[in-house]
Amino acid sequence: METLFNALPGAVAQGLIWGIMAIGVYITYKVLDIADLTVDGTMCTGGAVCIVMLMKGHDIWFCMLCAVAAGMLAGFVTGILYTWMGIPPILAGILTQLSLWSVNLKILGKSNQAVSVDKYDLLVSLRNVKNVPLHKNTILIVAIFCVVIIALLYWFFGTELGCSLRATGCNPSMSRAQGINTKRNIVLGLMISNGLVCLSSALLVQYQGFVDINMGRGAIVIGLAAVIIGNVIFEKIFRNFALKLLSVAIGSVIYYIVLQAVIAMGIDTDLLKILSAAVVAIFLAVPYWKQKYFMKPVKRAGKEGQNA
Amino acid sequence: MLEVKEIYKTFNPGTVNEKTALDGLSLKLEEGDFVTVIGGNGAGKSTLLNALAGTWFVDEGQIIIDGTDVTKMPEHKRAKFLGRVFQDPMMGTAATMGIDENLALAARRGKSRGLRGGISRKERDEYRELLATLGLGLEDRLTSKVGLLSGGQRQAVTLLMATLQKPRLLLLDEHTAALDPKTAAKVLETTNQIVNASRLTTLMITHNMKDAIANGNRLIMMNKGKVILDIKGEEKKNLHVSDLLQKFEQVSGSELVNDRMMLS
Repeated sequence: METLFNALPGAVAQGLIWGIMAIGVYITYKVLDIADLTVDGTMCTGGAVCIVMLMKGHDIWFCMLCAVAAGMLAGFVTGILYTWMGIPPILAGILTQLSLWSVNLKILGKSNQAVSVDKYDLLVSLRNVKNVPLHKNTILIVAIFCVVIIALLYWFFGTELGCSLRATGCNPSMSRAQGINTKRNIVLGLMISNGLVCLSSALLVQYQGFVDINMGRGAIVIGLAAVIIGNVIFEKIFRNFALKLLSVAIGSVIYYIVLQAVIAMGIDTDLLKILSAAVVAIFLAVPYWKQKYFMKPVKRAGKEGQNA
Repeated sequence: MLEVKEIYKTFNPGTVNEKTALDGLSLKLEEGDFVTVIGGNGAGKSTLLNALAGTWFVDEGQIIIDGTDVTKMPEHKRAKFLGRVFQDPMMGTAATMGIDENLALAARRGKSRGLRGGISRKERDEYRELLATLGLGLEDRLTSKVGLLSGGQRQAVTLLMATLQKPRLLLLDEHTAALDPKTAAKVLETTNQIVNASRLTTLMITHNMKDAIANGNRLIMMNKGKVILDIKGEEKKNLHVSDLLQKFEQVSGSELVNDRMMLS
């Protein structure tokens, strides 16, 4: 129990960092209605770009900005594969993800790279989750990141362009009939999403103090888990778009706390990925089962005439 | 106003499913024409509307709207000339967005969408007034998600969206077909109000011959991808369903057999 309690601040920090990634997944999965697998690649790209540039002596903020740009470029590639080359979105994501493996290796020059918080001026680190001054506290810094990102996205999706992006995901043929360039919007959405994933990745490598070529593997599942957990728990109370994004970040924190609890219970950590996948599979199946087995037949005729 | 010059469209060319949906169709609409379109299943009615809307490009021929050649203009760019209402009530609106947001999307058709607010307070007031004219009580549900509305309500909202910015050409693709008779009549009445109020040039597909005769100033009948009958003005006013059936037989040499048309 005590190990779990000690691990809690770390789980919260890690959960919030992955929360940014999950918000990116939310944009593709929920807003655009695309399961974008590019994220498994970009979840490493951001960190790779960030660390390599940091070691070249650039300012940490500039490094993170470049990481975001790299993610947007990757999203752009997936978008082009989908909209311009007509490749189904899941496959388009897989293709980009696979190419990013090579790209990431080329950026890093090897399969992993450590970066010490003593040597470099990192924004966040797992050493700074407790017993540090408030302005250096990683949980606080990452939480501020989350809040700023949610605020920016809330503003953006309320603009004309943002509204047209939501419409694109909801009903593409209606969107085109209203003069919306759905292809451009899909590319834009994928760019924003992967930009966020890379930002999360850049924070994560600083937090854990290293980047590893494998760190993105299964990222989409963690992202989806966070989206689903947040959705299931807060669906009834969070209606507003900003609150929905917040619920995704909280969902991610819950995921990492549960993960720590499971580890503290002494489970074989080799089994963690299959457990995550099973949880996501079941939660994805619930709405389908609900509709198939528990829906009451709807009476339509007659009623409609009165309403309309 | 609208000029369609000998357009052709063949689906699945070179396969067993090859189908010539538009076979050298030509059509000219004058400003303010309200044209009803009838024809049997597979006559090419919806194909004609989709060709005009730019869902895909025609194989041959030319489409000119208000002097602009739109033949090779992609769907979303062409949208600035057009208002569209689909047969399926689910097609014309974004279900997860509010009524106000849907209207705001339509109000920006043909304009560039930037980082200004997606909807303003002033707009909301305008939309509330506009919705009140429908008489469906939607003005009190301005921010409700469109997915919660009935089919008839959704078609009425789609109709408003299509005409919020006066379109050069309004395309109605059997927009009352999926509704129950009472709702269909109400939506059709609203359609007439809106079309007459702004003198919109309109193409309305219907499977209901009575509706085709009762509405609009011109009626065209399609068969096998061509216009086979074009009736205007006085002649149309005195038209009866039996005349239409007879004329169809005369022109096409076959009977206008279509259960859906006979039953309605």
